[in-house]
Amino acid sequence: MSLNIIVLAKQVPDTRNVGKDAMKEDGTINRAALPAIFNPEDLNALEQALRIKDANPGSTVTLLTMGLPRAAEIIREAIFRGADSGIVLTDRVLGGADTLATSYSLAQAVKKIGKYDIILGGRQAIDGDTAQVGPQIAEKLGIPQVTYAEKILALKDGHVTVKRRLESGVETVKAPLPCVVTVNGSAAECRPRNAMRVQKYKLAVTPSEKEKLSDELKARVDARPYLQLNEWGAATVNADPEQIGLPGSPTKVKNIVNVVFTAKESMRLGDNDEEIENLVKELLANHTIG
Amino acid sequence: MANFYTDNPDLKHHLNHPLMRKIVELKERNFADADKYDYAPYDFDDAMDSYDRVLEIVGDICGGVIADNAESVDHQGPRVENGRVIYADGTKENLDVCRKAGLMGMSMPRRFGGLNFPITPYIMAADIVSRADTGFENLWGLQDCAETIYEFANEDQKKRYISRVCKGETMSMDLTEPDAGSDLQSVMLKATEQPDGTWRLNGVKRFITNGDSDIHLVLARSEDGTKDGRGLSMFIYDKNDGGVTVRRIENKMGIKGSPTCELVFKNAKAELCGNRRLGLIKYVMALMNGARLGIAAQSVGVSEIAYREALAYAKDRKQFGKAIIEFPAVAEMLSVMKAKLDASRSLLYETSRFVDIYKIYDDIAKERPLSPEERKEAKFYSKLADALTPLVKGMGSEYCNQNAYDCIQIHGGSGFMKDYACERIYRDARITSIYEGTTQLQVVAAIRHVTTGTYLSLIRQYEAQEVRPELAGIKARLVEMTKLYENAVEKVTSVKESDYNDLMARRLVEMAGNIIMSYLLLMDANRNESFTRSATIYNNLAEAEVTKHADFIAKFNPEEVALYMNV
Repeated sequence: MSLNIIVLAKQVPDTRNVGKDAMKEDGTINRAALPAIFNPEDLNALEQALRIKDANPGSTVTLLTMGLPRAAEIIREAIFRGADSGIVLTDRVLGGADTLATSYSLAQAVKKIGKYDIILGGRQAIDGDTAQVGPQIAEKLGIPQVTYAEKILALKDGHVTVKRRLESGVETVKAPLPCVVTVNGSAAECRPRNAMRVQKYKLAVTPSEKEKLSDELKARVDARPYLQLNEWGAATVNADPEQIGLPGSPTKVKNIVNVVFTAKESMRLGDNDEEIENLVKELLANHTIG
Repeated sequence: MANFYTDNPDLKHHLNHPLMRKIVELKERNFADADKYDYAPYDFDDAMDSYDRVLEIVGDICGGVIADNAESVDHQGPRVENGRVIYADGTKENLDVCRKAGLMGMSMPRRFGGLNFPITPYIMAADIVSRADTGFENLWGLQDCAETIYEFANEDQKKRYISRVCKGETMSMDLTEPDAGSDLQSVMLKATEQPDGTWRLNGVKRFITNGDSDIHLVLARSEDGTKDGRGLSMFIYDKNDGGVTVRRIENKMGIKGSPTCELVFKNAKAELCGNRRLGLIKYVMALMNGARLGIAAQSVGVSEIAYREALAYAKDRKQFGKAIIEFPAVAEMLSVMKAKLDASRSLLYETSRFVDIYKIYDDIAKERPLSPEERKEAKFYSKLADALTPLVKGMGSEYCNQNAYDCIQIHGGSGFMKDYACERIYRDARITSIYEGTTQLQVVAAIRHVTTGTYLSLIRQYEAQEVRPELAGIKARLVEMTKLYENAVEKVTSVKESDYNDLMARRLVEMAGNIIMSYLLLMDANRNESFTRSATIYNNLAEAEVTKHADFIAKFNPEEVALYMNV
């Protein structure tokens, strides 16, 4: 059974290595100070996609990302690891999108792709931590969604069986295809780049990247369709101008505050069950836990 | 997560050596594969970019998965169940990630599914892997055996076996037996030819690294009634055919993740590789040279991690109100560690470049006759590779042991505990100066290049190169050191007494090694200022060593040899 698999991914600033200059005065992210990386949980999703592909020869994995033109970097990264092709959805008018406008734009791109059996993405991106885009895309496409996936257990007879990792435990669910699955960071790590694929695809470029190449390299790209990455704009995916970018984003950021946690109160417990039990009771009573 | 390639700019310096252009152009036959294979380079820069990118993958995997697993692999180790080896969990993961990354069969031609990399970037990968986990470097590095199949097996065997190695199957070279260690002429494992042309192997092999591999190269006695090396042939045993079981694995001091096996061959089906009777005298010699370069790379990787662990600890550990690195005694140890590391690495890549050129010419000679000029060049580099291989294996492995020792010393009492990586590094280092020929046997292989003048002519070539004015002082000292070396060689060779000659051999070989490595660092500094510090420090060390040996040889009375021999 060959499947058309779409992986949603995002290029994000590496918030795991935040320095002093990570945030601008106005509270927005200083992207120049942070390296742009493949959103970690999207890599977990890519691995699940590649495993489906391994188990179902003839399947294709297409990476879909929305962002700046340079987001093509993560498409190459995905191809180096085993994906087949990718699309960068990039357009000035798509900028400033909140999760609603983002999911609308991406859903339009998925419709434009047309054929798909399963859509995988990371649970959330490390720059926004909303975990909303995957589920919203499922809603907009009118298909089921499985969130917090840790492992795709089976994919057959038009259904996918997924192990979900929840705060309180593990749940195994089954959903009909096509559907959206968002993958947790606790899922298997993504496989490495492959030496042969890196050599084959290192020159894979989007049309706007191709423009910057020498004539000789342009000719190489033209002669090899597998080196041509797709770059779509809002018009390509028939997006309604009112539903994308800033106009399509009801969320307005009022203020971002840099919060530094400091310990204010502390108490020392004795090494006995009674004092520990009293603490737990207290924490339950003031709703710190439970 | 650290990347063990990009965090070490010295590697890129060596990769970008000027001689690489020649190597790449020869290796790629002027980029003839570019139209046949979509991953083949189309010009020199493209090829170099590919090596760089692939080494970045190696660095990523090593800095992440393999280094992370090193401790648990050391603790868990492999085990034997029903005659089969079960790797430690971390080893399984390491192999899996290397296969997925396509890092097996790196130097094999593309028609078998390899990457067609020259030896130099492949050896660089070995250097990086060894830094992450020295024991795992053995399992990964045994892909080297495919080189022997490529050089000596028939086309059908190459197709069947090399393509499997490129897909990730592991290899082993089954040479040693209980009574045949350094002396491989005594190999007894019996090979019997069958009417169908296949062979059956019977006997025992011992100390076989990764002895439960998928594809084995086996040295066996094919000629009944013979007792020496001329009765031995090389065979390929395919694990799928069965007939070989693992009786036990050794409980070793170090490289514990790498299973060292005792193998029992019971009518194991095998195929002859190459010609009968050439097993030891030709194929094993070639195999060993490749393996020795691999151990040299492994040693450099150990030196690297020993230096890094020591440096990190010395910066962190405070005594008497300051970091211990601020004390001259500690700072000197670290500086000398770095100088030894840099010196052995420079020699490693100089050797690998020479190996590259002559091997590529050998390969081209299978396609077309070489021109007289090419033949001459091939011979020239072959001789240099032959001369430098025992030098870098011998001295590189001794240096890594010294660095591992100093790494523990810098850790003080904590280094003696099992809490730091340095104790594993120390145990892992110890084998490098023993296997694939002890340091003493490397001296035996190297000494003829002292007496026939190979080293001296190489030193003269280095001497002829111009250096920046600020490096002229080091060069002047090297010229003086060379005179001491020449005098010492003259004195030793003028006495025709073999015990005396053998007794002095190590000193002469080390003198040559000291001078050559010091020159290499001088030229590194000439090309890249960041090497000036190590070039200077190593020159101080090398000069002291050369002077010490020269003094010993000058004052040594050959009649005292008997005192030493009367033990």
